[in-house]
Amino acid sequence: MSGPIIRIRGLCNAFGDQIVHQDLDLDVDEGEVLGVVGGSGTGKSVLLRSIIGLNTPAAGHIEVFGQELTGLRGDTRRRLERRWGVLFQDGALFSALTVAQNIEAPLKEHLSLSRSLMDEIAALKITMVGLGPEAGSKFPSELSGGMRKRAGLARALAMDPEIVFLDEPTAGLDPIGAAAFDELIGSLQSQMGLTVFMVTHDLDSLTAICDRIAVLAEKRVLAIGTMADMLQQDHPWIREYFHGPRARAAGVGAGTNGI
Amino acid sequence: MTDTRGRIESISAGNRLEIHLSGRWEVGYAAELEIALAQLSPPVDQPVLIDLSGLDRLDTTGAWLIHRGSEALRSPRRSVTLSGARAEHEQLIARVSGLYQPCEIQPPAGNALIRLVARLGENALTVLDTAASFTAFIGLTTVTLLRSLLHPRRLRFNAITVHMEATGINALPIVSLISFLIGIVMVYQSAFQLTRFGAQIFVIDLLAFSVLRELGVLLTSIVVAGRSGSAFAAEIGSMKLHEEIDAMRALGMDPVEILVLPRILSLMVVLPLLVFTADVMALLGGAIMCWISLDIAPDLFLQRLRSAVDLPTFWIGIVKAPFFAGLIALTGCYEGLQVSGSAESVGQRTTRAVVESIFLVIVADALFSVVFTILGL
Ligand SMILES: Nc1ncnc2c1ncn2[C@@H]1O[C@H](COP(=O)(O)OP(=O)(O)OP(=O)(O)O)[C@@H](O)[C@H]1O
Ligand SMILES: [Mg+2]
Repeated sequence: MSGPIIRIRGLCNAFGDQIVHQDLDLDVDEGEVLGVVGGSGTGKSVLLRSIIGLNTPAAGHIEVFGQELTGLRGDTRRRLERRWGVLFQDGALFSALTVAQNIEAPLKEHLSLSRSLMDEIAALKITMVGLGPEAGSKFPSELSGGMRKRAGLARALAMDPEIVFLDEPTAGLDPIGAAAFDELIGSLQSQMGLTVFMVTHDLDSLTAICDRIAVLAEKRVLAIGTMADMLQQDHPWIREYFHGPRARAAGVGAGTNGI
Repeated sequence: MTDTRGRIESISAGNRLEIHLSGRWEVGYAAELEIALAQLSPPVDQPVLIDLSGLDRLDTTGAWLIHRGSEALRSPRRSVTLSGARAEHEQLIARVSGLYQPCEIQPPAGNALIRLVARLGENALTVLDTAASFTAFIGLTTVTLLRSLLHPRRLRFNAITVHMEATGINALPIVSLISFLIGIVMVYQSAFQLTRFGAQIFVIDLLAFSVLRELGVLLTSIVVAGRSGSAFAAEIGSMKLHEEIDAMRALGMDPVEILVLPRILSLMVVLPLLVFTADVMALLGGAIMCWISLDIAPDLFLQRLRSAVDLPTFWIGIVKAPFFAGLIALTGCYEGLQVSGSAESVGQRTTRAVVESIFLVIVADALFSVVFTILGL
């Protein structure tokens, strides 16, 4: 496929009087890990929801896999949805199903796999995201916050998607778990050519695995580029973000990799 | 577009079996690939070479299938070698095979017979438990109510009025319509029977007595249990699910005072008024039906009504309403607070709230009948 895998042009989103996005443009290239940053309430989650079609934009065009999304219905839409996975900010696991059944849910919906293969895929995803095998038969209400996040990621990866959308995946994980998570995303990206759209505030993740960073502010993408580009920016918010005390503590801009 | 689906071809080369994998080994083709892999059955001592050089795209499911397939072929007498894989495919297969650990999909179910017996016992105990904890809940609510009465500022009149609108004013149309229709049906059915004895005029006695004493209040309570009892359980239940109740407790706010009391108080005020409306509407429906089918004009209807029933008959119906309201609201709130774990539990508890409150209302109605009989009313 030539051209960007996600292409957003002139996106506008508003809730009542409150305008969240205005004329927002963004390209995500195939096989890259894009980190999206921005202050709380700048519309990162809304952007993510717009791309996956949960939020109907007021105006603008969104193309994923080269297909215009708005107005796409039925089977074509379902075929497209199979090709991406989503981790919501709060996990959004199905509370009536166990973790393993949560992972099997999309597999059951879209494919007709044998029982044993499905169970094996579920088990594989569970260990892949760093959960113990005992987590498989647990219900979401019996998990800790961080475990729920991992289970949500396992479900997002169930269909081996080409794009994963992650909303603050490392928030609520211990630093070791967060680093392992970065490593997992990085290796999936290199081994399967996964494209990752990741909303994150984790400066370690940003340095460790993000190929590019998009800064959301003033209702649009204020800047997009590599970490080195970000360090060059002189917009006050961007300076504050990448040169603040936390950024320094994470080793951003120290010339070495954060991990 | 060329066909890119994952494929398997096996060729016997010399004494060795060569399996060529090609195309996209992805989860989308996994079902057919699994079957194709299972159909490979080389002779026991024939060495196998799996050639991965033709793979286009490999995902974790594909990698798992390859790993699983090659392990299934491997035996003490047969060697299996993977060859020709691209570096990233080899890494992925290694990763997948290294990580895999089988796991339970569901909590173990156990023996069916034991489960049946256990469930029987569990249900029996649950009934006792529920009775005990519901009683405790009534006590807790009463204590909270008394405490709030000492500090009337804590009674939250705003919340009470909001609930009065939702449970009372919004219920008026349906309650009115149902009672109006019941009035019509009552007259229609009893007219048919009583005309045979030439006693049409007693239709009015029958209608007035049954509606004012029993039907008005029972019907309204059942409608309200279905409307508001379920709403209470579902509202409080989903708050419980999202840890909102825990948050209240942690902030030193009393969920009984904030959520339960306003609902109970508003329903206790509103239900008698709804019952009054129901009484009026049922009598109206009856009067219209009398006029149409029995030719009893409205003025005659009113005259007969006045001589047939006295004020206590009317009050007997109304006086029961606050008690029924208390039962409905208590059950709804209690079941809502019992929600735990999953969204399924909200549904179960809501159902229970409705069934239990209707049951309790009917039991209480029977008790009232006994009491009124003893009192000679
Ligand atoms: N369903 C909605 N209805 C009304 N307003 C909404 C809705 N969803 C989001 N908003 C508003 O849109 C803005 C952006 O919200 P969004 O959830 O995208 O923030 P965010 O960038 O993801 O923040 P955070 O980093 O805290 O998750 C917020 O001001 C929020 O109030
Ligand atoms: Mg967000």
